[in-house]
Amino acid sequence: MTTVKTKTLAGDGQAPAVSVLRTSPMRSARTRRLGLTVLGWAIACLIFFPIFWMVLTGFKTESAAIADPSLIFSPTLESYIEVQARADYFKFALNSVVVAFGSTLAALLIAIPAAYSMAFLPTKRTKGTLLWMLSTKMLPPVGVLVPIYLLFRDFGLLDTRTGLVIVYTLMNLPIVVWMLYTFFKDLPKDILEAGRMDGASTLQEVMFLLLPLTLPGIASTGLLSVILSWNEAFWSLNLTSSNAAPLTAYIASFSSPEGLFWAKLSAASTMAIAPILVFGWLTQKQMVRGLTFGAVK
Amino acid sequence: MATLQLNQVTKSFDDTHVIKGVDLEVNDKEFVVFVGPSGCGKSTLLRMIAGLESATSGDILIDGTRMNEVGPADRGLAMVFQSYALYPHMTVEDNMGFSLRLAGVGKEARREKVREAARILQLEPLLDRKPKALSGGQRQRVAIGRAIVRNPSIFLFDEPLSNLDAALRVQMRIELARLHEELDATMIYVTHDQIEAMTMADKIVVLQGGVVEQVGSPMELYHHPRNRFVAGFIGSPKMNFLPVEVVEADAEGISVRLPGGGVTKVPVEGQDQRPGTALELGIRPEHLVLDDDQGPLSGDIQVLERLGGQTSLYVQMDDAMVTIMADGDVAHRVHDKVRFGFESGRAHLFDSDGLALPSLELHPLAGLRRQDNRAATDVNGA
Repeated sequence: MTTVKTKTLAGDGQAPAVSVLRTSPMRSARTRRLGLTVLGWAIACLIFFPIFWMVLTGFKTESAAIADPSLIFSPTLESYIEVQARADYFKFALNSVVVAFGSTLAALLIAIPAAYSMAFLPTKRTKGTLLWMLSTKMLPPVGVLVPIYLLFRDFGLLDTRTGLVIVYTLMNLPIVVWMLYTFFKDLPKDILEAGRMDGASTLQEVMFLLLPLTLPGIASTGLLSVILSWNEAFWSLNLTSSNAAPLTAYIASFSSPEGLFWAKLSAASTMAIAPILVFGWLTQKQMVRGLTFGAVK
Repeated sequence: MATLQLNQVTKSFDDTHVIKGVDLEVNDKEFVVFVGPSGCGKSTLLRMIAGLESATSGDILIDGTRMNEVGPADRGLAMVFQSYALYPHMTVEDNMGFSLRLAGVGKEARREKVREAARILQLEPLLDRKPKALSGGQRQRVAIGRAIVRNPSIFLFDEPLSNLDAALRVQMRIELARLHEELDATMIYVTHDQIEAMTMADKIVVLQGGVVEQVGSPMELYHHPRNRFVAGFIGSPKMNFLPVEVVEADAEGISVRLPGGGVTKVPVEGQDQRPGTALELGIRPEHLVLDDDQGPLSGDIQVLERLGGQTSLYVQMDDAMVTIMADGDVAHRVHDKVRFGFESGRAHLFDSDGLALPSLELHPLAGLRRQDNRAATDVNGA
């Protein structure tokens, strides 16, 4: 737009007007960008503040934690030491890792073939099936708590990692299938058909063409599933007690009938979210790439 | 040796009948073009031959063996897709060698075959590139190369040139014709572009609404269209149609009254046509001749397109609009009144069902195929 204007004006021989026109839209664009940056940071800070405060509180003494909020205090590892003394963090963390990654792996193994058939071999009922799957997410989990609890009791799955993996897999399956379905649908059908003409079996088609081409999408789906499983608290609190309890149950154990111990609770929470935060930080490129997969291809 | 035979092949999606009983024979080393308007079923037919769609009924035979239940890879065919369908994550070399890799061919042998195909298509400098880094024409060549590497008995092309710009399309057309000669393979080619059909085919199959309207050599279709649809579809610009009335019919042809009152005798069969019957006369734009003194037809020039060597005149007659391809240097202007006529042997007559009345004489080039064309050139060259 700007260039067009400058050209016309230059043609008229009005050099000064040209330079004014050339700078002013750029300046306004810069101002806008600055405004957006400030706004972006403001929103980010607002969202991050509770986490920041939690981390800070974790380094306070119990009395400082409930005193007037202050940024100036002498940091101490007291709470961390007490928390670790009361319960073994690493046991819970290991449970979280096993359950989050185990359920994600299981969900992907089931969802990839499901999404493949829905995306490339749809039937009249495919759309309905997808909607039905999503609708199961609309039911409050507490609605099925009793039957699931009884089933778990009868099958000896209470307080086992296997039990949690099963529940988390089922919990995330609709979202995982739905996401993979959209990523797969974006892949031109011709490419798979070309593979079929080249002699690829369905498995080879999936291994050599579908998976490599939709890897960003699969990665971001997997990451989302890991995060959802990691943060899940309802089922972990109700189906585990000590052996298979993940970090969400570990945090909850610090809010006791004797009262809330803010510093210890904060220290425990910080330790619980730290791994997934680091994990998310390291994989953010994949996440963003996956979530914008269809748009930028 | 690779022949293809279709016997009463049909395809239905639920209640929609896309292909309605197609019979076809493709001979060894023939270049056959399926042509027709969008939605005529030509691509579906090709995909059925490829094995990517199943036939609802009928037989698909390759070299005499029924292939209906055989998977796409085992039919010995290779297909070039309209979208090229290259594997974006593989280099050109891996794209071309993928089928061999799946077949378990060793790395060295694979490399050799890919290089050979790359040589034919002049792709050698591009072997290490990814499809992203190629131009449209280069991608198209890689797609063809991928087909060549498979050494198929029949090549299938699904509108391979429609994503290319006009200049590149002409160049690729020539390259494909050259390739057909070099590989000496059977090729089936789908297009909606009748110029591609005319220039490349040994045999054209005109499809409409899932039905084969006519099969024949390009010149046969041009000179002896079986019906009004084929007559209008083959040839550019389109054939003109004028309402006429039978005056009399005898062994030498049918005399018809043209719009404007003139009478001309068209040499076609149909002695049983009774005077007064309404027919349609078809005459191609290039066969209409400007004749300001004696032309039996007349009208006003509405639009005039000068192409340099030729000029298209769009002329409004009383009840029809006709196109005339005239010499590039005609002096006429828009809104001029012009008189024109035609050699009666060039005209076609269609009955009320749109069927052509057969010509009394076969055009000397009607049986000519592109291969014969080549042979004739060779003789002349020698």
